[in-house]
Amino acid sequence: MFLDPLLLNIIITLIKTIVMIAALLGAFAYLTLVERWVVARIQSRIGPNRVGPRGLLQPIADAIKMIFKEDFAPAQADKIVYTIAPGIAIGTALLAWAVIPLGPPLMIGDLRIDLQIADINIAVLYLLAIGSLGIYGIVLGGWGSNNKYSLLGALRSTAQLVSYEIPLGLALVGVLMISGTLSLRQMVEQQAGVWNVVWQPLGFIIYFICSVAETNRLPFDLPEAETELVAGYHTEYSSLKFAFFYMSEYVNILTVSAIASCVFLGGYQGPLGIAPGPHWLILKIALIIFVFMWMRGTLPRFRYDQLMNLGWKVLFPLSLANIFVTAVVLLVIGK
Amino acid sequence: MPSDYLPILIMLIVIVGFAAAGLIVSGLVGPRKPTPAKLAPYESGMSPIGSARQRFSIRYYLVAVLFILFDIEIIFFYPWAVLFRDLGWFGLIEMGVFTLTLLVGFVYIWKKGGFEWD
Repeated sequence: MFLDPLLLNIIITLIKTIVMIAALLGAFAYLTLVERWVVARIQSRIGPNRVGPRGLLQPIADAIKMIFKEDFAPAQADKIVYTIAPGIAIGTALLAWAVIPLGPPLMIGDLRIDLQIADINIAVLYLLAIGSLGIYGIVLGGWGSNNKYSLLGALRSTAQLVSYEIPLGLALVGVLMISGTLSLRQMVEQQAGVWNVVWQPLGFIIYFICSVAETNRLPFDLPEAETELVAGYHTEYSSLKFAFFYMSEYVNILTVSAIASCVFLGGYQGPLGIAPGPHWLILKIALIIFVFMWMRGTLPRFRYDQLMNLGWKVLFPLSLANIFVTAVVLLVIGK
Repeated sequence: MPSDYLPILIMLIVIVGFAAAGLIVSGLVGPRKPTPAKLAPYESGMSPIGSARQRFSIRYYLVAVLFILFDIEIIFFYPWAVLFRDLGWFGLIEMGVFTLTLLVGFVYIWKKGGFEWD
């Protein structure tokens, strides 16, 4: 090697980061198109089909339109807060992907390349922390706009996100007891044979419900219930600032699906011991996101009291019960 | 090891650069034709009534306080869950006592109507 190992490491990380961000932005752009197709099909419509073959260039047209829109700030807005809020939203959404293992390590000659930006030993904790930081983007956006709809949307959103973060965190504890590690890579490698969802079906269901709530998706999309709040916390945003909020929402959906795949569904491991690879992870994420879209097309929105009831009175006790049942079973069978 | 976090720092720098570039570009390339009506807060076409920053429901504060209480509990659960195999029955009983004391508070809040929204 001619290069200093540290410098080489930094260059590889830089390349991986840029590829990762580009891939996420591409995935975001085409997710919006796929979502419009899926929802259109559910509602017996055709969906976008004008721009390019079968509407495939629609996301590019949307992006160009978004960039050249007028970028204004309301006169009474808190300019600094208003401007940085979308940056925080997209930044935290992208940063979560640093610890997601995409596949088994690649070997190029004798150079080992991990398909993961940072293999830290507290990955699960890191994801929860970054997920909580994402709330700041929403709160500051709603507060900074100085608009009643925005502020109400931001408040609702915060209350909802913090309420569902508790069962979400507890749902993962069951898996941690079985795997005995907080590192996502180790967790995925342990699932080469049987996936964690087999031992933790209830944990998976609780995690899934909470992740829908955490990403503000139907049936939990009260923060932006368009019939009451116009667009919620991003009512006053336009141009790329709006695009950043939109992007962060979709990247967050990708993130929670990736976490569900890695923690419960074996990540990049194939089913029944078939050779592992990144394609399995992508397939699992795609399936989970399809369920997200399916729910959006089928389910009506919750009322706010029902939402809080479900979070605090049902999911929280259920996730605690799940932990203690798992604990007793683990000790009795002495696994 | 601290060096494990170097890639995250690099990613953070790249992301901050990306976000800043996006925010600056969006200010530069778009048209700029402000009018007083355009800059007014959007209130479904009506003239805005008062400021948006008024008092809001006490429930939101309550949820925030409850969140802090229960979120700390989760942080206690994590190291316990990772070491669960080594701790065995002793660890389970200890965590059971901790959770029971917490559940007393949870039931109290429930009975007091802390989770009701009306």
